[in-house]
Amino acid sequence: MLIRNLFNIALASMALILSGCNGGVLDPKGQIGIDEKNLIIIATVLMLLVVIPVIVMTLYFAWKYRDTQNHEIYAPKWAHSNKIEAVVWAVPIVIVIILGVITWQSTQELDPYKPIEGKGDHLTVEVVSLNWKWLFIYPEQGIATVNELVFPANVPVEYKITSESTMNSFFIPQLGSQIYSMAGMETKLHLIANEPGTFKGFSANYSGAGFTGMKFNAIATPTKADFNQWVEQVKTNANSLTHANYVELAKASENNPVTYYGKVDDGLFHTIVMKYMQAHGDMNKKHHAMGKHQQMSNEHQTMGSHSMPSSHSQGEE
Amino acid sequence: MSFLGKLSIDAIPFHEPIIMVTMAVIAVVGLIIAGLITKYKKWGVLWRDWITSVDHKRLGVMYILLALIMLFRGFSDAIMMRAQLALATSGAPGYLPPEHYDQIFTAHGVIMIIFMAMPFMIGLMNIVVPLQIGARDVAFPFLNNLSFWFTASGAILINLSLIFGEFAKTGWVAYPPLSELTFSPGVGVDYYIWALQISGLGTLLTAVNFLVTVFKMRAPGMTLMKMPIFTWACTWANILIAASFPILTAVLAMLTLDRYLDFHFFTNEAGGNAMMYINLFWAWGHPEVYILVLPAFGIFSEIVSTFTGKRLFGYKSMVYASGAISILGFIVWLHHFFTMGSSANVNAFFGVMTMVIAVPTGVKLFSWLFTIYRGRLRITVPVLWTLGFMVTFSIGGMTGVLLAIPGADYVLHNSLFLIAHFHNTIIGGAVFGYLAGFVFWFPKAMGFKLDERWGKASFWCWLIGFFVAFMPLYVLGFLGMTRRLNHSNNPDWNIWLYIAAVGAVIIMFGIICQVIQLYVSFKNRDALDDTTGDPWNGHTLEWSTSSPPQYYNFAEIPHVDDIDTWTDMKEKGLAYQGKSSYSPIHMPKNTASGVLIAASLTAFCFAMIWHIWWLAGLGFIGAIALFINRAYTIDVDYYVQNDEILQIEGVHIASNTKEVSA
Repeated sequence: MLIRNLFNIALASMALILSGCNGGVLDPKGQIGIDEKNLIIIATVLMLLVVIPVIVMTLYFAWKYRDTQNHEIYAPKWAHSNKIEAVVWAVPIVIVIILGVITWQSTQELDPYKPIEGKGDHLTVEVVSLNWKWLFIYPEQGIATVNELVFPANVPVEYKITSESTMNSFFIPQLGSQIYSMAGMETKLHLIANEPGTFKGFSANYSGAGFTGMKFNAIATPTKADFNQWVEQVKTNANSLTHANYVELAKASENNPVTYYGKVDDGLFHTIVMKYMQAHGDMNKKHHAMGKHQQMSNEHQTMGSHSMPSSHSQGEE
Repeated sequence: MSFLGKLSIDAIPFHEPIIMVTMAVIAVVGLIIAGLITKYKKWGVLWRDWITSVDHKRLGVMYILLALIMLFRGFSDAIMMRAQLALATSGAPGYLPPEHYDQIFTAHGVIMIIFMAMPFMIGLMNIVVPLQIGARDVAFPFLNNLSFWFTASGAILINLSLIFGEFAKTGWVAYPPLSELTFSPGVGVDYYIWALQISGLGTLLTAVNFLVTVFKMRAPGMTLMKMPIFTWACTWANILIAASFPILTAVLAMLTLDRYLDFHFFTNEAGGNAMMYINLFWAWGHPEVYILVLPAFGIFSEIVSTFTGKRLFGYKSMVYASGAISILGFIVWLHHFFTMGSSANVNAFFGVMTMVIAVPTGVKLFSWLFTIYRGRLRITVPVLWTLGFMVTFSIGGMTGVLLAIPGADYVLHNSLFLIAHFHNTIIGGAVFGYLAGFVFWFPKAMGFKLDERWGKASFWCWLIGFFVAFMPLYVLGFLGMTRRLNHSNNPDWNIWLYIAAVGAVIIMFGIICQVIQLYVSFKNRDALDDTTGDPWNGHTLEWSTSSPPQYYNFAEIPHVDDIDTWTDMKEKGLAYQGKSSYSPIHMPKNTASGVLIAASLTAFCFAMIWHIWWLAGLGFIGAIALFINRAYTIDVDYYVQNDEILQIEGVHIASNTKEVSA
């Protein structure tokens, strides 16, 4: 009776969860997110194969062998059985082997650094976490935005991510994976939206007082043309993001409104990544050295992204 | 630099009514307690029998008292957070601005792990382990007293941050660069560093002490594979402490150098690398969760076998499973940051290794199940905690394995799903275990049993409260809510945040029931008196002593022939056998050195936090001088003579023969 009630409650709450999960990771709108949702469901079902019997056995054994009951069999010295021990080691091992294989394969497939293939050319967006806002630079379009990310649906987007200051995590739950943003380093993420829409994005790693306000809308436009139209519109904006006024933008501020920059200095992202990589002693002069850096970054431009300090390459070493 | 360094009257947060009221309450309660002690003339007793005591049982009681006080503090933080998040929905700011809220979630994590769970675990270990292995005390009794006071010093420091200055606003992990001077210029992170350093030193010394105790002082006949299972679990935990706490010490020392002497281990500038901190922190932090949960597993094993009246099923499997968990616990740390951008192979390796831990853990669950099988389970309060654990922990383990899959973690990392998972394992695993152990060994430590009815009420409030408070967090994680948010603006989340707050209130009733339970039990202590020393028909040596045990534990060290020695002795009729004469017993004398050294180091830490350099120097030199003084003290021990032993033992044996004849 108790068990049946519990089961009903569990079923009802599952239904409630699934119906109420609009906008979350169980309501994905991009291929990566869909794959990850399926992975979660498969793994959970596999584990429930062990977990449910354990819970049921716990309650059943506790009930059946309670001392107010008259037991025919009472075996106080019985403490070992090779058969049972073999089973209790084997069952978890088998489940873990299956899960291990799934884990190994899915981790290769869902590697955030792996470009999404078969969907045509990708768009590149450079992402900078600042205290406490997001800067999105579109190097190919020569524009930048704060706290709003726009891209066409069905086009793979490559995100190059860094931080100006503290560590954050770049996350749009409905599209899939998140990746940390770290100062002096470039991390990468590949996502795609399978349908147009506006998705919530935010920082998923606490970074100080204004952290809660580090939110942005990720807008997937229906077509590339719509996206290009949006780019043109941003370009009409008189604001331009230069190395000089980036320093202003980088100052701590909270709950920033969406801002568009019709022009952005070449190599700004690279400068931000490289700013901490100077020789010791220069660091106190870092803001003055910005101009010098621009030259440096132009030289670096021709080099492959592997020359950049990236935590990914460190992980492989 | 002024006489008091950075400390001034401005450091006291007069503008924060919540803190001021809290301080007023603490002051009033403190005065009442001090008044009562004075009225009943107990200051001398407190100093001679408790503060300066080197008796492992009394130190254990003090550890648990500290843990319970810190549980109140940490739980107050928890309920404030839940209230903030329940009020601050739909764009409302709530009542806690980030300035205050960020300190609360940091303090909650640090206090619950370092100053609630750890002292609770170490307290139970102190009371039980020497008794289980038939030893008269630990290997280094003075060191044990010193360790306790180091832990207490850390707790004092963290609570001083309430009134003087602030606590860290970094989260309990204190990741740089946020915890570096650039982004956290206040004293909060310094409180964090020094409180963890001094208590960590105490924990490390405890581990060394208990490892030596267990390896060198077991009763004759007790081979390692005849050691009681709780002692085994604690031994694995102590090995983990000895191996992992130095990493914490080192990583905090590096952060200290960054903050005090302009080093650049983890700064953004000058070649610093915050990823190093994150790796090192979790190289300690992951073993730490097994340090917390392994002794709890040991407690459940003792309880299940005692209350089914059976031997533990698969003792060897249990020992090896704990060992496997301990070793594997060291090679999974990277799963705390799959999202840092390591390559697929690295993430996959750490994901699979993490899952492998589910195997020995699963074996343990099955062993408990088969211990119950064909037993006669007495449904007592410790058994309820155990059954509640087995159900709850299965769910927590499952969500843990899910998080170990990098592809799933990419969307669940740092979400409330993660928060739900680790509370599911730490509350449903470690805390349930300690509370079970508390009820189980309470009569041993205090001489009377705890009231069953209030114990059961408390259990049900905790269990139901846990599910109501944390299941919604799993849902919120799926809905995309991340941790450490100060307020929210998503109507889909509101209902779950309200339910979670209700859950926290139900847990609060659980804690209130425990306080009432203690009060009622103390009032009825004559009726609940444990005259036999063996209230549950126990299996191991701690139950062979009177409750509370004689200060020398064993008049004569018993000979061990079986894992369940006490059962074995009872069956062979060897229990309660008095002797006509005993050899004198060698015992350590109490000492004030421990508390004085710790007080000096506390002054040093406080001075370092506030840059009061003269006091720092004084405190440090004082601690060294006191330690040298102690090292040169020769008068540290004495012998208990035959007459006294005969008298004490006579009472214990007489009360048991009376029981038997009645």
